[in-house]
Amino acid sequence: MSSATKPNSIFKVIGASSLGTLIEWYDFYIFGSLATIIGAQLFPADAGASALINTLAIFAAGFIVRPFGALVFGRLGDLIGRKYTFLLTLVLMGGSTFLIGLIPSYSSIGYAAPILVLILRLVQGLALGGEYGGAATYVAEHAPKGKRGFFTSWIQTTATLGLFLSLGIIVLSKNLIGAAAFADWGWRIPFLLSILLVGVSIYIRLKMHESPMFTKLKTEGNISKNPLKESFSKKGNFKMVLLALFGATMGQGVIWYTGQFYAQSFIENTCKIDFNDSRYILLWGIAFATPFFVVFGAWSDRVGRKWIMLTGMLLGIIFYRPIYQLFLDKSDVTTWSTSPLVKKDAPIITRMALHDKGDSLITISSKISLANGASFNSVSIDTVYADSNKMIGHTEIAKDKVLPTATFWLFVGLVFFQILLVTMVYGPIAAFLVELFPTKIRYTSMSLPYHVGNGVFGGLVPFIATLIASFAGSTPLSGLWYPIGIATLSFIIGAVYLSNKTDENVND
Amino acid sequence: MKAFKKILGLVWIILGPAAMIFMAFQAWDKVSKAEAGIAQTNTALQWGIILLIFIPIAIGLVIFGKYALAGEYDKLPESSEEL
Repeated sequence: MSSATKPNSIFKVIGASSLGTLIEWYDFYIFGSLATIIGAQLFPADAGASALINTLAIFAAGFIVRPFGALVFGRLGDLIGRKYTFLLTLVLMGGSTFLIGLIPSYSSIGYAAPILVLILRLVQGLALGGEYGGAATYVAEHAPKGKRGFFTSWIQTTATLGLFLSLGIIVLSKNLIGAAAFADWGWRIPFLLSILLVGVSIYIRLKMHESPMFTKLKTEGNISKNPLKESFSKKGNFKMVLLALFGATMGQGVIWYTGQFYAQSFIENTCKIDFNDSRYILLWGIAFATPFFVVFGAWSDRVGRKWIMLTGMLLGIIFYRPIYQLFLDKSDVTTWSTSPLVKKDAPIITRMALHDKGDSLITISSKISLANGASFNSVSIDTVYADSNKMIGHTEIAKDKVLPTATFWLFVGLVFFQILLVTMVYGPIAAFLVELFPTKIRYTSMSLPYHVGNGVFGGLVPFIATLIASFAGSTPLSGLWYPIGIATLSFIIGAVYLSNKTDENVND
Repeated sequence: MKAFKKILGLVWIILGPAAMIFMAFQAWDKVSKAEAGIAQTNTALQWGIILLIFIPIAIGLVIFGKYALAGEYDKLPESSEEL
């Protein structure tokens, strides 16, 4: 145990650090969850301009600004200390989230609205890039020997719990005030609420002391004069930064984003499961799996970090395709036909003009309910050509599917298993990264591989998976080759080059 | 094992540029296929950001391979003094 840390105060350290990090993830996720509504309220109706700003907001915040934030705040954390740096990231994140909730609509202030959103979103990405390294370092530097994995794993739960909290608050707000009011002004509630959460977290963090190891370095005058230079231009350290990225965080990032984000997107968009059902599946999966972050973090203190993380990657490589094939098979409504029909609503017919020639699109939609509790919208789409008055290009799809109860819980089980793999790769990784680098440049050195692995490799899972699925001859499962390929590469590098030895002494 | 680590180093050195060439080809293909106008600008912007961020990562993979080939990972440091 570090000299400055009393046994009972370690839980205060974990609480203060985890709460702030959880709120930062909450802030980051609500934007993504409400992107459609924000687009309608704050972006121009012109689809092209809107798409351009959206691209900048999503791509730049996730892929450029996050690693840049890791460098900026990592450097600060190694120069002025962990406590004040991750306080600053919290203030920036909370402040920008709150301000997004206050931006007047596009109809009131025009292009100033999307430009403000973009600026504030970039500040969010910057802050997130600086937060995690600080919180993980701060907790690890307070943790006793042999329990570093256990204590830092609490930080690891925050990303998943932040997603859980954001989904929960959005669903709750929407149900309380109604869908119409939520789309009009209620979407601002989750953003404005952030200031309260951040306020409480800042108050708690202000009462905490600086990390004992950093304080010792500072007292002895041994803090790094140029953390960026020492981290990335010194071969001995830079080779470990590269090993951490390619042998661990790269694979961990794709396992995380596949299990939590791609799974939900696949269930909702490819399997056409109902909006609420797809979110409930994820919420149950998260609720059941989250305790395992701590289980695997603690276990890694006994058996080492390496093989727990790599086993998580290997299981993803082996089981992703069978899992997603099962999602497809079980959501196929033709397999539900054994259950008797309870009700078929009167069809709703809509006709939409396609262009000047007089061609039109006819959509016939009818809700079908089955005895096993399942229901879906059967939609048939026909194109009617004016010159021949013939219907050509008939398409029939089932959407807004509410799964039979047994299938719903099967889906929860499959998502749970994927998040279990996330807990295997993600639970021990903070302790693993902390132990790889020396105290004086730890914040800088661990933040960059973490955010490149998660922000770039993980964050690109939806984009690259969709891209692969657009190739000629691809199937709905083809997109999985990206996370499987990256996880395989990371598994090989990790298995060959990483050591399973746990560094007991991080006080160096 | 040490020899295996070094041989794999060559694979990483080749993989870095190969991945970049593949991505550049994809970028060119997708941008040229996008509808002219704002959609094409948007696709070009997306791919521009991706290439910008992946070029240093690919260079990193080459350097990683070079270190592996030189035997830098034969024995990992056990304390910060060895870094």
